[in-house]
Amino acid sequence: MSKHPRPANRNGEIDLSIDFCGVSAPNPFWLASGPPTNSEYQVRRAFEAGWGGVVWKTLNHDPIVNVSSRYGAIDYDGQKVVGLNNIELITDRSLEDNLREIRNIKRDFPKHAVFVSLMVESKRETWHDIVKRTEDAGADGLELNFGCPHGMSERGMGSAVGQVPEYTRMITEWVKEAAHTPVMVKLTPNVTDIAAIGRAAVEGGADAISLINTINSIMGVDLDTLNPRPHVHGLGSHGGYCGPAVKPVALHMVSQIASDPKIRVPISGIGGIQAWPDAVEHMLLGATSVQVCTAVMHYGFRIVDGFIAGMTQWMRDKGFASCKDFVGASVNRIRSWSELDLNYKVVANIDQDRCINCGVCYIACEDGCHQSIKREQVPEREFAKRHKDDGRTFVSGTRQYTHGAGNGYVNVYTVNEDTCVGCNMCSLVCPVDQCITMKEVDTGRPVMSWEQYQKLLAAGKVEPIQPPQHA
Amino acid sequence: MPGNNRKPSLQMLRENFADLHPPFDDVAAREAASRCLYCFDAPCTRACPTHIDIPGFIRQILHRDTVGAARTILNFNIFGGSCARVCPTAVLCEGACVENTHLKSAVPIGLLQRYACDTAHETSMGFFKPGAPTGKRVAVVGAGPAGLTCAHELRKCGHDVVVFEARNTGGGLNTLGIAAYKITTDFALTEVERIRRMGIDLRFKQPIDGARLAKLLGEYNAVFLAVGLGRTAPLGVPGEDLDGVWESLDFIFQTHEKPLSKCKVGRNVVVIGGGNTAIDAANVAVRLGAEHVTVAYRRDRASMPAFRHEYELAVSSGVEFCWLSRPVRIIGRSGKVTGMRMQRVKLDGSGRTASFRAVPDSAFTLPCDMVVKALGQQPLDDLLAAVPKLKLTKNNRVIIDPATGATSAPGLFAGGDCQKDAYEEVVNAVESGKIAARGIHQYLSDS
Repeated sequence: MSKHPRPANRNGEIDLSIDFCGVSAPNPFWLASGPPTNSEYQVRRAFEAGWGGVVWKTLNHDPIVNVSSRYGAIDYDGQKVVGLNNIELITDRSLEDNLREIRNIKRDFPKHAVFVSLMVESKRETWHDIVKRTEDAGADGLELNFGCPHGMSERGMGSAVGQVPEYTRMITEWVKEAAHTPVMVKLTPNVTDIAAIGRAAVEGGADAISLINTINSIMGVDLDTLNPRPHVHGLGSHGGYCGPAVKPVALHMVSQIASDPKIRVPISGIGGIQAWPDAVEHMLLGATSVQVCTAVMHYGFRIVDGFIAGMTQWMRDKGFASCKDFVGASVNRIRSWSELDLNYKVVANIDQDRCINCGVCYIACEDGCHQSIKREQVPEREFAKRHKDDGRTFVSGTRQYTHGAGNGYVNVYTVNEDTCVGCNMCSLVCPVDQCITMKEVDTGRPVMSWEQYQKLLAAGKVEPIQPPQHA
Repeated sequence: MPGNNRKPSLQMLRENFADLHPPFDDVAAREAASRCLYCFDAPCTRACPTHIDIPGFIRQILHRDTVGAARTILNFNIFGGSCARVCPTAVLCEGACVENTHLKSAVPIGLLQRYACDTAHETSMGFFKPGAPTGKRVAVVGAGPAGLTCAHELRKCGHDVVVFEARNTGGGLNTLGIAAYKITTDFALTEVERIRRMGIDLRFKQPIDGARLAKLLGEYNAVFLAVGLGRTAPLGVPGEDLDGVWESLDFIFQTHEKPLSKCKVGRNVVVIGGGNTAIDAANVAVRLGAEHVTVAYRRDRASMPAFRHEYELAVSSGVEFCWLSRPVRIIGRSGKVTGMRMQRVKLDGSGRTASFRAVPDSAFTLPCDMVVKALGQQPLDDLLAAVPKLKLTKNNRVIIDPATGATSAPGLFAGGDCQKDAYEEVVNAVESGKIAARGIHQYLSDS
């Protein structure tokens, strides 16, 4: 797909402020309901740092009791916390303390968005009561926590509600009976059809939807003790998974909600947002605001500076003046597989000037994909001649050496375009920026989706597409 | 002479001979390991003379199987811990690393190998077991890296092995001949011990002459000759018998054979030569407390065979270089060296084949109280000449079949520095020991 065609807005004013179902905020970067929004102290620090809004950690009439320990993380080959999970519950502080602090915050930060997450037992009067008390404290809006997958669900709350469309609709209705501020329903991803739950929320009167809550997970097992991670005195429990690794799941679900014709309410995107590009992706797929938690738990509130600066520059480059110029811009580009063009073709191309001859693309293609990368053992001397003056060779003592050489040769890799299916894998594993690119090939054939193909085939107007011959 | 005043303190000597690059801890090792791209048909592995599966062992470190990493390394190279310290990695595995092209900095393979071997050191002592007895007996002459590697591989195959070593310690130049700031004597000996535990009869103070070698050929099913080389070549100038004239290896040996504070070093040292041993000797002299160390070499810098990284270490250590100069005579007073008389030369032609022409009236003197000769070692002519039917090159290097290590004499195999195509590194000696062990095993299986 070609680049977005708008002219750059190099010197124009960039407005990051948003209107989220009637609630305004200086920017779309909010903090999700969770440990960072547990107290006035933290929310104050967050707003001072530059966050545009918060969803206050989930309230209940009676504070719960938590366990120690609570979080587990996945590190990947040296990168810390690519995934995080928790078995922490909703607020463990008294409702009175929370409401007093919310009141203080709204007094001092009237222009910031303060939604308050709620989760109470499934009784109409109980919901009515907490809605009234929360709004009295000055909340700009409410978020119904129908998503928390651990602990509370076993007590009939959280995802126990969000996994059943009828419950979701019913409790949303109860809340709407009492609420005067916007009601946002937070969805759990631990369902087979997220849109069905989203539609139920809207039918119940939801003014907005936020998603995703955390994903059911066991983080791992300690190979020394055989305890699960995290563990509480040797035992573990399934917890909610979040962090960078969950973003693709979140983006899929956000786009499903955004593209459903029966759900036409603002979306607050949550899941794997570490930095501004993640936030922009959520917004392109339909989110008006985004909510961050894991990244702040990892690095602190200060990261918002990078969100603001990064998105502002991106908007400037792309010619966007305000967020609404691009929110949802890519929603329409997510389609059913059957609508994709079968005659579109790309093939991989390896830039020999950039290639470092590691062979990672080769073995990925050879063993996992479509056997379309050729390996040639080029004599070291010949290779050095080809790469004169580009730093591939060095002299030590009286001999010349070549990076990438051994046993007298360098492996040189090229793509066999005749058999390359354009799967992308080589370009994904290549460690060098811009070394393997996928280039479009003009097949000379018109756009033809699978749906069209089926019709043309039935009408005898096209020949069947032949299976690849090289495998 | 101010005498003992200029002697560096024990503390300073220890610091001078400490690790050039401190070893990794667990975190640093995994961090470094995470940089490895896990290349296919990896250049590092191809560039390693022993073909260690480097991406494989690095991945084992990354995934916390450090013992497994050590097993991988030692399986290819039983001197893996030593090679991690003494290999010229900059021109071998790390020189081949594609990260040089990508990020202009190689994965620190040597340090990772050292980390694995050191971390798993205790366990690794029991990694390998002798094979089922075959009843065949092999004599190995020389307990250097080539001989001991061959012995180890043969024990894996179940052959009985007796190793005859002229010195009173094992490991050859790996133990004694490499500057002590690269490898400690103790560590080198632990790698010898790992090999000895395979059930090898390792006999010290057993110099083998031509007659004994002939006898061994009759008593054993096969003999592996890994005697290395002999004395350092003489300068061929007057004054070589003066007190204060050293052979480079003897000079380096002392850093392993006695406490650093007892090692002899001049105040002004001149090293003659341009190879890695010359540079090693210069680096040792500086570290032992010499005030001025000059390497005098008859060719120019571009023609110097010493590795660039070794040269750069010497320069950064304060060693001075005197190019295009050859020794004329060693000057002495009362039997002791006082100076090195040199003469400038011009090169006719370029590179290693250029010939020398003396520059008239260019003689000069480098005042010194120690001269270290580092012109390379000479072959053990007498021993080699005594073996019937043993084909040698013109300069008395043993000619072998590079695929098997077999010499022209039946039952006699050779490897290490005494053979024709030897490279001087420990890792090359190890590989030639492996090749010969395979050749001997095949020979014994066929006979």
